Amino acid sequence: MERIYMDNAATTRVTEPVMAAMQPYFCEVFGNPMSIHGFGREARKAVENARRQVADALKADPSEIYFTGCGTESDNWAVRGTAYAQIRKGKHLITSAIEHHAIIHTCAQLEKEGFEVTYLPVDEFGVVDLVALEKAIRPDTTLISIMSANNEVGTIQPIEEIGRIAKAHNVLFHTDAVQAIGSVEFDVKKMNIDMLSMSGHKFHAPKGVGALYIRKGVRPQRLIHGGEQERGQRAGTENVASIIGLGKAIEIATANIPRHNAEVSAVRDRLIDRILREIPYTRLNGHRTQRLPGNCNISFEFIEGESMLLGLDLKGIAASTGSACASGSLDPSHVLLAMGLPHEIAHGSLRLSLCEENTLEQADKVVDALIEVVNRLRSLSPLYDDFIAAQKANKA
Amino acid sequence: MNYTEQVMDHFMNPRNVGEIENASGVGTVGNAKCGDIMKIYIKVKDNIIEDVKFKTFGCGAAIATSSKATEMVKGMTIDEALTVTNKMVAEALGGLPPVKIHCSVLAEEALRAAIQDYKDKLARGENPDEVPSVEPEEIQYV
Repeated sequence: MERIYMDNAATTRVTEPVMAAMQPYFCEVFGNPMSIHGFGREARKAVENARRQVADALKADPSEIYFTGCGTESDNWAVRGTAYAQIRKGKHLITSAIEHHAIIHTCAQLEKEGFEVTYLPVDEFGVVDLVALEKAIRPDTTLISIMSANNEVGTIQPIEEIGRIAKAHNVLFHTDAVQAIGSVEFDVKKMNIDMLSMSGHKFHAPKGVGALYIRKGVRPQRLIHGGEQERGQRAGTENVASIIGLGKAIEIATANIPRHNAEVSAVRDRLIDRILREIPYTRLNGHRTQRLPGNCNISFEFIEGESMLLGLDLKGIAASTGSACASGSLDPSHVLLAMGLPHEIAHGSLRLSLCEENTLEQADKVVDALIEVVNRLRSLSPLYDDFIAAQKANKA
Repeated sequence: MNYTEQVMDHFMNPRNVGEIENASGVGTVGNAKCGDIMKIYIKVKDNIIEDVKFKTFGCGAAIATSSKATEMVKGMTIDEALTVTNKMVAEALGGLPPVKIHCSVLAEEALRAAIQDYKDKLARGENPDEVPSVEPEEIQYV
């Protein structure tokens, strides 16, 4: 059975060029970049090269890039570190209702520690309300943290406008760009971004490495104490091979973003168009155009997401869902609920997320498989029976 | 989510799917908001569950536990069927992940609701074998 991977928003595979770039940094170039000797110096040189690759991708200076253990660490550092670094200015933070848990749960913890957090609402397409943002800013606001693009529904936020608003009010602006790297063109200076989080494994680097861009002059408190790595701001021996992988991967991912977006969105649109046309009682979640090229998130009425995932998995297809049943909690995705979806529609959501390796043929196979899975589950569903019976009654 | 082979088998090839016209009892539990609804129909003759069918909206475990529960009680007397617990259903499936125990509880509840519906009809002096079953509370679908 041919397996089809359409869960690239969860993680991506390490591609061969990235693996090849990393290969020497396990057995041959193994020095500690903090060491003064030749072994250390060659590792240091490679790490600094990766730092430059990341800086180039964001139009930042290499001295503004800090490697971390993952996107979550970058988010924790930016939010928590800024909250405490600016405690004299105030204890109010602004974020959105649809952030990743790395932000939401960090903010919730800060609330327990005496900070105040405003969670901005979003519209039905998942776009953050900029009027509400301006209104929420107070003299004691120290940080605005809004994601560049949402991981579940793929909605791309008006980052440049948020940056402008933040700057006008003299508030620091952090963006979780974990899903956006390689799909959104970043120019951190032009976009007034003070901090930006990324995670290597979302763009074909390995898991366990991330980075945080921190604009020169901004100084969040350090999260991890120890040695003097990362200019004294993030202790812990550098994960050299993974850092090299992240550098190579971001160079590839940002080499030609318009072409990447055109190719990937063609496959995405095939998925969206065919599903909405060929499967009744479906709806697209998120924004139709202001959307990551690789994100297709659709709700299927009368059925539940986890059972769809299982059905697809048995056909060798990997997808994801916002249903509670797949998360281990009782509530479906906080993102879909924030967008105003009723619980039962959120339970029936399916996310297919693409990378440049997915093809139109795969999209067709997935839709064909999905039609079978959805039909079968609807034939089991009492909700579908009730709906059809009600329709007949209405006609009669 | 790691499901046992038995769970996957009942998810893929559910037993006793459907409805029973003029059922002796119908039980519906759960709600769409929580993401699972189970509806179990029983046909009782001489105090024995002659036939049983289900329809389920829910995750893989919800579908598998409905299927397994109906399979277990088919042919049982009413009293025997009332001794079937969610734990027995889960065990018969080789176990469920902890977060999915909730689904097996629903299966037990749906079965008991169907039996209660049957008993209520008997108490009202209706002969469930002849009288069409009264549909339980309509499920609100938004």
